[in-house]
Amino acid sequence: MSDERFFEHQAIDKQYPGAVHDWHAQHGDRTLIVDGERIQDIARLLKTELGYNFLVDLTAVDYLPRKPRFEIVYQFMNLETKSRLRVKVQSDELHPEVPSLTPLWPIANWLEREVWDLMGITFRDHPNLKRLLLYEEFKGHPLRKDYPRTGRQPLIGPKE
Amino acid sequence: MKPTNGHSPDPGAALQGQVFTTRFDKLLGWARKYSLFQYPFVTACCGMEFMSTACSHYDIDRFGAAFPRFSPRQSDVLWVVGTVSQKLAPLLKTVYDQMADPKYVIAFGACASCGGPYDDYSTLQGIDLIIPVDIYIAGCPPRPEAVLDGLLKLQNLIQTSKQEWGS
Repeated sequence: MSDERFFEHQAIDKQYPGAVHDWHAQHGDRTLIVDGERIQDIARLLKTELGYNFLVDLTAVDYLPRKPRFEIVYQFMNLETKSRLRVKVQSDELHPEVPSLTPLWPIANWLEREVWDLMGITFRDHPNLKRLLLYEEFKGHPLRKDYPRTGRQPLIGPKE
Repeated sequence: MKPTNGHSPDPGAALQGQVFTTRFDKLLGWARKYSLFQYPFVTACCGMEFMSTACSHYDIDRFGAAFPRFSPRQSDVLWVVGTVSQKLAPLLKTVYDQMADPKYVIAFGACASCGGPYDDYSTLQGIDLIIPVDIYIAGCPPRPEAVLDGLLKLQNLIQTSKQEWGS
């Protein structure tokens, strides 16, 4: 019986056994669902040993009322071989927390701030985790599915 | 009738057809409505229609409103062209406060007038929540004809309102 797992999956399994919870691959669209606590280790492995040197995007999805509710999605690309890999972290906590990827890719700084701003997902050890798009006085995280659609925030005054 | 030294014996006859009388208020209104300096506060796609109106094809200069000033302190009319978010609202208020009287505000397009299609957490539901508005131009975005119609309505409003002058 041949091993169906693709190469990157095998490499991560070898280095961090049990870190990959699930996987699927359709039409070249390869996805790994991994343990959130290991995401920085896995990203470092992908970057340093497997050539995934480009963090294309970092975002999150709220699947309320599905359990687990949140998915944090990392899109990686290998600029040498042009191959792409999607890594997902699932969490059912109300305030999910995962390690930051900022030490590996500086662009993760702003991407993680955006996800924090709109989704309320904390990135541990982030150097500057504050709102990127909205203003400091804003309460809540508006892209969460339980944020009221017509929820209005009070107007803010000019900065001193 | 023989003119002497270029002067008519009857001053009224010589001025016939060259002088007309008016009220000072009306004269001031006429001067103000045809010399509008604009401050375009352009934030979104409505700006393309504003540019179209300002350029030679529709030529807003025909109505004496050609000159965009990029300091609010030198402008008479504030065009709020596009979506204003709640985060931007304090800056718009500051720009309005910096303008010298008499000053007028035009809400250009659906977003500036009422929030437009953006009934959400971040969009200001109409700039009249923070500053007074004289003219609303409908449309998403408005055609240049609608923009010129709005400008003419503003000019009519200036002409017919009481002019503040002096101190």
